[in-house]
Amino acid sequence: MYRYDTHDQRLVDERVAQFRDQTRRYLAGQLSEEEFRPLRLRNGLYIQLHAPMLRVAIPYGLLSSRQLRMLAHVARTYDRDYGHFTTRQNIQYNWPALERVPDILADLATVEMHAIQTSGNCIRNVTSDQLAGVSPDELADPRPYCEIIRQWSTLHPEFSYLPRKFKIAVTGAQRDRTAAQVHDIGLQIVDSAAGERGFRVFVGGGLGRAPMIGEVIREFLPEADLLTYLEAILRVYNQNGRRDNIHKARIKILLKAWGREVFAAAVEAEWKRERGDALRLPPEEVTRMAAYFAPPAYDAQAAHDRIDPAVEADTAFARWYARNTVPHKVAGYRAVSVSLKSPERPPGDATAAEMDLVADLADRYSFGELRVTHHQNLLLADVRVGDLPALWQALRDHGLAHPNIGTLTDMICCPGLDFCSLANAGSIDVARQINARFDDLDYLYDLGELRLNMSGCMNACGHHHVGHIGILGVDKKGEEWYQIQVGGSSENSASLGKVLGPSVPKDQVAEVIGRLLAVYLDLREDGERFLDTYRRVGVEPFRERAYAELEVAA
Amino acid sequence: MSAQLLHIEGRFIDTDSWTVAEADDALPAGPVLVTLDRWRAEREALLARAAPLGVVLEPGQPLEELAADLPRIACIALRFPSPGEGRPYSAARLLRERFGYRGEIRAIGEVLIDQVYFLKRSGFDVLVMRADQDPQATLAALQAFSVRYQPAWDEALPLYRRRATG
Repeated sequence: MYRYDTHDQRLVDERVAQFRDQTRRYLAGQLSEEEFRPLRLRNGLYIQLHAPMLRVAIPYGLLSSRQLRMLAHVARTYDRDYGHFTTRQNIQYNWPALERVPDILADLATVEMHAIQTSGNCIRNVTSDQLAGVSPDELADPRPYCEIIRQWSTLHPEFSYLPRKFKIAVTGAQRDRTAAQVHDIGLQIVDSAAGERGFRVFVGGGLGRAPMIGEVIREFLPEADLLTYLEAILRVYNQNGRRDNIHKARIKILLKAWGREVFAAAVEAEWKRERGDALRLPPEEVTRMAAYFAPPAYDAQAAHDRIDPAVEADTAFARWYARNTVPHKVAGYRAVSVSLKSPERPPGDATAAEMDLVADLADRYSFGELRVTHHQNLLLADVRVGDLPALWQALRDHGLAHPNIGTLTDMICCPGLDFCSLANAGSIDVARQINARFDDLDYLYDLGELRLNMSGCMNACGHHHVGHIGILGVDKKGEEWYQIQVGGSSENSASLGKVLGPSVPKDQVAEVIGRLLAVYLDLREDGERFLDTYRRVGVEPFRERAYAELEVAA
Repeated sequence: MSAQLLHIEGRFIDTDSWTVAEADDALPAGPVLVTLDRWRAEREALLARAAPLGVVLEPGQPLEELAADLPRIACIALRFPSPGEGRPYSAARLLRERFGYRGEIRAIGEVLIDQVYFLKRSGFDVLVMRADQDPQATLAALQAFSVRYQPAWDEALPLYRRRATG
């Protein structure tokens, strides 16, 4: 993984000093609430319902065991012993004290971590594929490009006061696991007909109040022009994005207003006028960066690993193996999900003790590294097949082997009304309700691949628009109600879900989900996923059955 | 407290030679800053004056209009209606890097301590700080970071082209 040199470390240390001073000035009354707000947001610090919330950057989701132990330390020392992993591969703490945040950042800096630009109207943490470097369907490892973008975007003097937040994702695989098409910029690594490495450039995706799927503005961008082109897009956006209305300020609104052709032409024109080629990426820089992400020392003997037949015959192990592990490009290895979606926990949460445990397991079984996934789980990417039984046992002993990855209960979920000051409705207790109702694993497996995404408000942190089933919490005269959507996806053929109809009361959410699933089971054809059936039959059959004899909102 | 004029080289300027002309007032003697509208209306007369001339640009106003006359415009003041305004950073870089402007670029309006570092990097050279900003903290903010990843007005090369030497 990337390691800081003296420059990177100095910048992060200077940032800690800067934020310590900003916090001091705020507490001394020299900075107003309004003036401090953008400064704290740039360090991931929100003021939430009960306390501040701190979002710490995990660049493209990659962590060393040492860094995960530091995240555990922060949870234990400054918070209430747990953290929440997010869809953008970061971690959030819900209870830090404002005046101690500079100390948290100082602790994080000792392990090459920070909270720079995890919020605010600037370029956010770059996200990527949790299977980067190990997936058989990968054309190239996206992480070197992510790190190049991370450095370019850090404290960029021209793009630190954008009209609105700006999110970039990079994928290098055939199957997009990064939700690239719902990012402000999504980059897909491709090769040209001539065999040259480059990117397909999506712009203008985003969720929130006006959800949109990104559009391709360039089919092939040569690798060397990665940063010159990003700079051109950002400059066009910084100058032309709306600043008069926060709800119309994302780049997607500009793209929509101008239309794809006009927007793309403006970017191309700006790009061609770029001065000189100081920012063009020399191949040596890509090579230098790629070296940080070189494969670990895999053991060729692993190809001969066999799982102990007694363990293999164990149904619980077989279920876990089938659901929570995926193929690896190196024979004899698997990538293993650590499920943070067991029924008893808020989705995406892990305790300090669990973080320490996973750090130990990463050291023992996965070369000391791990990833945070877009679906809010952890992943050990390089586990020897022969080690799977022991790893499974260790995870199982600590409630981290729930075999539900990719199923209905592996849901994406925001913190909701329990923590968030923006939320209209709770999401954690709805997750609990869904877990209670759909606790039969055989039923879940029969349903197959299903993406359930839930947000407590229209800001859509839980990506409800792109769930095969999406749930959105709404406020109706002080009561929590839920709007259900179907047919969304953030993968290659991305689509936005359709609203099923009127929202339903909280205690009916699982009931309605159950009805949707029953429609699917009745109508599905061979091998169809829920999403495929929906795409074939449309929303009507689902709508009809969902509302039969149900109390709904007026 | 009156506004402090910070030169990005790290010193305060005691007296400001520039006067901002109000909408339709008769122009005072000496160096004067006018709005873009006034520039459009009175370009010839303004250029004929014996004293240095400057133009105030609001965010989003087109730089291209001034391009041909830049050598005769001694100062361009870019206004920040709020501290979160971002367009002047692009405007300053474009003036310097695309239009080759060598006159003074000043930041006016809501200019606060924590913008100083980015302003310096983008090509501004005089910052008219909001009156309540602490002078010592303002000076310190110029040096908030010693590491620059990106090329900008103050740095020709990205860090990856300089790492070997540093």
